[in-house]
Amino acid sequence: MVGTNGINPQLDAQGNLRHFLSIDGLDRPLLTEILDRAEGFLGVAQQAVKKVPLCRGKIVANLFFENSTRTRTTFELAAKRLSADVLNLNIGTSATAKGETLLDTLRNLEAMHVDMFVVRHADSGAAHFIAEHAAPHVSIINAGDGRHAHPTQGMLDMFTIRRHKGGFEGLRVAIVGDVLLSRVARSQIAALNTLGAGEVRIVAPSTLIPTRAEEALGVRVFHDLREGLRDADVIILLRLQRERMDGGFLPSEHEYFYLFGLTEKRLSGAKPDVIVMHPGPINRGVEMDSKVADGPHSVILEQVSNGLAVRMAVMSMCMGAQGLAASSAPGADV
Amino acid sequence: MSSTGNFRDAATIDAAIIAMADRVRVKFAERGIKSPLMIGIHTGGVWIAERLHALLGLPDPLGQLDISFYRDDFTRIGLHPQVRPSHLPVAVDDRHICLVDDVLQSGRTIRAALNVLFDYGRPASVLLAILADRDGRELPINPDVVGLAVRLGPDDQIKLTGPDPLVLVHGRVPHERRRGGGEEAAGEGEGGDGVPTPTRD
Repeated sequence: MVGTNGINPQLDAQGNLRHFLSIDGLDRPLLTEILDRAEGFLGVAQQAVKKVPLCRGKIVANLFFENSTRTRTTFELAAKRLSADVLNLNIGTSATAKGETLLDTLRNLEAMHVDMFVVRHADSGAAHFIAEHAAPHVSIINAGDGRHAHPTQGMLDMFTIRRHKGGFEGLRVAIVGDVLLSRVARSQIAALNTLGAGEVRIVAPSTLIPTRAEEALGVRVFHDLREGLRDADVIILLRLQRERMDGGFLPSEHEYFYLFGLTEKRLSGAKPDVIVMHPGPINRGVEMDSKVADGPHSVILEQVSNGLAVRMAVMSMCMGAQGLAASSAPGADV
Repeated sequence: MSSTGNFRDAATIDAAIIAMADRVRVKFAERGIKSPLMIGIHTGGVWIAERLHALLGLPDPLGQLDISFYRDDFTRIGLHPQVRPSHLPVAVDDRHICLVDDVLQSGRTIRAALNVLFDYGRPASVLLAILADRDGRELPINPDVVGLAVRLGPDDQIKLTGPDPLVLVHGRVPHERRRGGGEEAAGEGEGGDGVPTPTRD
């Protein structure tokens, strides 16, 4: 995460956000700034014209090497609400020759004067790779890379938690499910620890938990759902990544639901005002019962609306930093 | 030479706001408008609008506009450090609006505020009430109601501090952009009018 000059590659020399690749290496004031800015963008949805002119004339290219509907749509909508023009490039999963092909794609888009790339890729580190090779006036937003990170999802979850709980101090947050394969979980855990959550728990069968998770991630590990949910303020369920599981992780989905599926009865062990979150799409009857998904504790649909505000915040912060770089360019080092 | 300290004290400001309320009342009476909708521009404009709203006893709740997303200097100085959500509790369509701000200089803030307003709907009319109308206009925008008309040098800046007491003080325009976090309350961004936005408290 540390660039050649010893500076986090996501930040410019003044510490402004230039790319958004990962939660790692960003401090609490910066994460708080993202959340505060997102608060301002929530109001745009109340306008008759749901658009602000901040990024008028800018071009955002959605570069999705892996399928996604929700994330791509919210990024597209966020960019459009900032008045940017959006290019959707569905490169799909067939791009086998990453290295050169990826850079060639990048160069072509740069030649079209694209200002920002929103990148999703099946390989961990793909967004960093693009950021390293992109022209200096271009910003990269990581929309999910392999098992590594999905920072905007992590931040929209933090935003949702803060709106319900006021802050992070003393909060017990239980993350339930496929932590091993989940880039969402990694971003959530990093953000929760940076923002000072009281206790971050991960709850899953041992096959879905990374080795030495406690030291490596700064979490408490539970293999029993009831224990893991006790007195929790926030429960985050993760999707079972069936497309990434090639056998051996679980005996069956039915058994997973029997042991780790969230039901109303199991929810009663958490705090009375617990909120239940899920990054979507939900596998009903696998990660959770429909009654919980549609019940009073669920904030799942709110997460989607919040995702728009958080993505607008991150995109406008990066675009704003580009302007700063340009205006200080004459005297600046190259 | 930019000096520091008070430019106009609280008593002067309070008297100016009372006079503004009378002028606003007269203006709306002349136009035959019974229930205008009052909207203040964050942050100083909201403070003044709160006082005017109480003095005029308007039935509809006060609206608040934040113009940060509509500023014309985003590509040069980036996002404004503090953005407060705009809050318009009543629909603006076909309403007569009284738009309130603290200092009118270049006119850029008002240009942005009108754009925000029209993204919420189509008002029937907009009347502009300003506490301190000063020199330095860059756009063809003029106030309908003025509390204080002041002349200042091109490098002199004034800003409103408040909300209680409301005082106009001399200030400088900070040009360097702050990194957010940790010192939110301390920073004052450059207002759209080249006037520093007042900090809360």
